[in-house]
Amino acid sequence: MFNKLQALGRSGILAIERLGRGHIFFWQLLKALPTVIVRFPLLIQQLFAVGVLSFLIIFVSGLFVGMVLGLQGYNTLVDFGAEESLGVMVALSLVRELGPVVTALLFAGRAGSALTAEIGLMKATEQLSGMEMMAVDPIKRIVAPRFWAGVISMPLLAAIFSAIGVVGGYLVGVGLLGIDGGAFWSQMQPRVDLSEDILNGVIKSVVFGVVVTWIAVYEGYDATPTSEGVSRATTRTVVHSALAVLGLDFILTALMFGE
Amino acid sequence: MPLVEIRGLTFCRGNRTIFDGIDLDIPQGKVTAIMGPSGTGKTTLLRLIGGQLRPQEGTIHVDGQNVSTLSRGDLYQLRKRMGMLFQSGALLTDMSVYDNVAFPLREHTELSASMIRHLVLMKLESVGLRGARQLMPSELSGGMARRVALARAITLDPMMIMYDEPFTGQDPISMGVIVSLIRKLNDAMGLSSIVVSHDVAEAASIADLIYVISNGKVVESGSPEQLKCSESPWVQQFMKGEPDGPVPFHFAAKDYVDDLLGDVSDV
Repeated sequence: MFNKLQALGRSGILAIERLGRGHIFFWQLLKALPTVIVRFPLLIQQLFAVGVLSFLIIFVSGLFVGMVLGLQGYNTLVDFGAEESLGVMVALSLVRELGPVVTALLFAGRAGSALTAEIGLMKATEQLSGMEMMAVDPIKRIVAPRFWAGVISMPLLAAIFSAIGVVGGYLVGVGLLGIDGGAFWSQMQPRVDLSEDILNGVIKSVVFGVVVTWIAVYEGYDATPTSEGVSRATTRTVVHSALAVLGLDFILTALMFGE
Repeated sequence: MPLVEIRGLTFCRGNRTIFDGIDLDIPQGKVTAIMGPSGTGKTTLLRLIGGQLRPQEGTIHVDGQNVSTLSRGDLYQLRKRMGMLFQSGALLTDMSVYDNVAFPLREHTELSASMIRHLVLMKLESVGLRGARQLMPSELSGGMARRVALARAITLDPMMIMYDEPFTGQDPISMGVIVSLIRKLNDAMGLSSIVVSHDVAEAASIADLIYVISNGKVVESGSPEQLKCSESPWVQQFMKGEPDGPVPFHFAAKDYVDDLLGDVSDV
């Protein structure tokens, strides 16, 4: 009994220690922003690796999600004779919720896991220690450009996801189910508000970008330097990111759209 | 005055004491070997000297500066004058051989591309790998990777180089090359070298001074000749690589016959 209590206490202390280290790490990433700006080519390289290489999965997923929204939305709206509001429904669903959330989940699976594995393996193969011994700060040189590339990429990818999703909804609603194309776009125009809907969606995607990329780079940097340790860290990145995104989405939605 | 002066160094990991108040001097311009069985903390000692770990007690002075009390900025300034060769080489896997060797110059100097090219080619020539500059680390053998790492370690013309198990896992030719390079570079560049190793013959063949460490203490120190004549049975066992002696072949266990005749559930 005593041993179990002891183990519980120990795991609690370790978890709090880890959380503390994570926040100090986050502060170091924020402080490294001037270095990232000065060394812009490093950021560009990472924007390509993190952002551009995630484009395809975001594009294809956005198209299919938009097409499904078009189908499901039509089936519901047609019962009320409101099928011409399909464009509004698809657009609001995407810019407010599905765009930022699904992009963040896909980003965690595609780019987040890759970031964790890359940094974790660099640690396991002593590349980070080697840099430290060459008087090069690995947080500024390796981690910070990846972090800021993730933060910048996420809202852009979410915007692409939403835009392609709307096109997917259009293809199904107008092209397949015969809704009037003019009604699809014209109803969307006045009902989707720039600050209320689009800006809030952008804020969400920035928050998700910070959280997901922070989790990914920290898990890599803090990974046990073994193959098993890197594997566990990669799994934790995906699981923790998904939970954090869904939890934060509820909080942000309540703050932004709650009465 | 020694380049590295260690006094009363105590370092623990959890409940395990790695170093228990050891004193150690690394002289300037010499090759000093730190030897001892696996797991005695030889690599940890290098990390302590490099300031990657901090001791619980004691002081480590490198070139007159107390490493464990230096600010991050001062420590980085000191590290620019220290090279380290990791056991794995620790080459940056996304860069070619050329870019790996150029890395410290690009990070710490404002030299032109042509000047960097000259310096990189000179360093690669000194380790015999100028012709391999376009290769990626994944295309190198273990011995070549260590030679590239050695070229990178001397790029900034440091005052000292620390070698972490440089001979481990090398074929005889690669080992001979690395043994010869450590000695030649030390003498040609006026370096001070610290070689951590448990390969007795190779380390003893190039070392001016050897420290033998075990159980957190310095067991013996002296020139290779002095250690070969040591009266300590432990040092004799280590230097000659005998399987049994003061360091027993058998892990501590109860009596063999009692164990064989014991209860079947006792596994």
